[in-house]
Amino acid sequence: METYTLIILLLAATIRVATPLLLAALAGMFSERSGVIALGLEGMMLGAAFASAAVAAVSGSAWLGLGAGIATGMALALLLAFACVTHRGNQVVAGMALNIMVAGLGPALALAWFDLGGQTPQLEGHGQRFLAITWPWAAAADKVPFPGRLYSQLLSGHNLIVYLAAVLVPLSAWVLYRTRFGLRLRAVGENPSAVDTAGISVTRLRYQAVMISGVLCGVAGTYLSTAASAGFVRDMTAGKGYLALAALIFGKWKPYPTLGACLLFAFTDALATRLQGVDLPLVGVIPVQFILALPYVLTVLLLAGFVGTAVPPSAIGVPYAKEK
Amino acid sequence: MSVRAKLPRWAELGLLPAINLIAALLLSGAIIKLIGESPWAALKLMADGAFGSQESIGYTFYYATNFIFTGLAVAVAYHAGLFNIGAEGQAYIGGLGTGLVCLWLGAWPFWAVLPLAILAGALFGAAWAFIPAWLQARRGSHIVITTIMFNFIASALMTWLLVNVLIRPGQQSPESREFAPNAFMPGLHTLLGKIGIPFTSTPLNLAFLLALAAAALVWVLLWRTHWGYALRVAGQNPAAAVYAGILPPRVTLWAMLLSGALAGSLGLNELMGSQHRILLDFPGGAGFVGIAVALMGRNHPVGIFLAAVLFGALVQGGSQLSFDMPHVNRDMVVVIQGLVILFCGALENVFRVPLTRILTRKELGR
Repeated sequence: METYTLIILLLAATIRVATPLLLAALAGMFSERSGVIALGLEGMMLGAAFASAAVAAVSGSAWLGLGAGIATGMALALLLAFACVTHRGNQVVAGMALNIMVAGLGPALALAWFDLGGQTPQLEGHGQRFLAITWPWAAAADKVPFPGRLYSQLLSGHNLIVYLAAVLVPLSAWVLYRTRFGLRLRAVGENPSAVDTAGISVTRLRYQAVMISGVLCGVAGTYLSTAASAGFVRDMTAGKGYLALAALIFGKWKPYPTLGACLLFAFTDALATRLQGVDLPLVGVIPVQFILALPYVLTVLLLAGFVGTAVPPSAIGVPYAKEK
Repeated sequence: MSVRAKLPRWAELGLLPAINLIAALLLSGAIIKLIGESPWAALKLMADGAFGSQESIGYTFYYATNFIFTGLAVAVAYHAGLFNIGAEGQAYIGGLGTGLVCLWLGAWPFWAVLPLAILAGALFGAAWAFIPAWLQARRGSHIVITTIMFNFIASALMTWLLVNVLIRPGQQSPESREFAPNAFMPGLHTLLGKIGIPFTSTPLNLAFLLALAAAALVWVLLWRTHWGYALRVAGQNPAAAVYAGILPPRVTLWAMLLSGALAGSLGLNELMGSQHRILLDFPGGAGFVGIAVALMGRNHPVGIFLAAVLFGALVQGGSQLSFDMPHVNRDMVVVIQGLVILFCGALENVFRVPLTRILTRKELGR
């Protein structure tokens, strides 16, 4: 019974941690599948986290916050696309520049506007945040340990963005594999000149892909500052953009495996929190840092070809120059 | 690749970086204006804070020392056609090597500790760069991604070491005990004092001269040896390099080892020169600033020195700025760094293309 409750709590924590990772990883998937390296996920997420928390605090509406988060994500994505697609700049440099710039810009603007040492004001529960949604009959189901508690504590009780992220996985898969846009997107990441020859604009497709990643990062950032916590703090993405990139690689640039990777990485995170200082039989205390480093180690091993293989889209990172 | 006219050398090395820098500064000024402060006053405060007194100059060059090391690290890898985003992690682990030597051998005289500390920093940094380099060279793993992953792994490893192993007993904050005074890098003011030049006491130390020596060494290695020639050829055209009998995978390994060793030397300045202990996150983003420094300095040691001083001035001037303007904090400096990387790196074609058109047209007309 005790173990059962513990497992449910652990899995529920996994879902909460996985949500921003998943949104960012899907964002990265659209960008990278079109041939644009997604190193700017961290910056787009962080920018959106700031904008949504600031707007939610001023306007009192989480929905306006979400709008601001998405708008900021898109604006930063536009900047990335302008540098990488229009001006054929180095995509790695552009992503790093964006991440560094936003890491400074968020706290700088927060200090100037709110005077709280680089944070946004604490968001109140009512309307300013996306709060947990309790599903119907959850209270009744809670009385039945199995399967009732799976329903009441694992499925019910998350905020709207968590469910949105869950829906976005099949939706992304559908867009990528079942629509004309998805086919072209995948083609432009593999062989842009073929797409160009077919009379389809490479520039336009890549802009669209990067903008989609901006929207998704916008939602991810909003989740961090207005759903998972109550306001923006310095560096609140804490490397999640890079971890999402690792998850995307681990998921071999495909929607469902990426979901799996995000859940795995989130599970290690949730486990690390649980196991902090716990003396396990036989192994003793496992250092939290080792568990937290596990996703990165696994990704390196995968990239090295020791754990399966990861084949990136072949045109990734290469700016497309139309032949004259 | 389309045939592209090349910029004249003076424009490539002087004019274009200047235009990019001005664009970045203009945009930063606009942000300061948006915050409600005067950009002009901010610029004056920063310039004064960075160069206004002996003390501020000392701090500026102290910060610049870190950036010379990391800037050189990024540049060496760049010449070999590699993007080393892992300078941060390599500096972290390299500093561990330097710090361990200082902790263990602190009783030894300084002249004995110093070479060992330099060697340990370089070895640890190089070792941390070796794994991504080997994976790139032999298994084709993308070095950008692996070096990013290695930054996080380094951070986890160092947190664990500092919290569980190196922490000074009976202390809460995760840092090692202080080095013995023998292992302190002598301050530049003491060295200058010995030759009769008075200078205010600042954290600027002997490591600054070591950084200059490293810059000179990189110049000699890259532009005056066969080894450096092979490295640059492999970086510019791996296919041609193969026909010239150069093995690009081997170049990848050696370039990253040198790159990691350079980044790993940051501890000489930061730990031996100033903190005198190993502490959490002491590289403090210098590895990423190194990217900006290398881009801005056009990957040449002289340019890197100038760019490092500029960024040192930004950090030092920025902390002065945050004292005098309550609505501007040090994060503004990070914004400027980001913008410099954006304009000098990602958006460089914005000005390069029209500038090339203007300058080459003039020559053709003549």
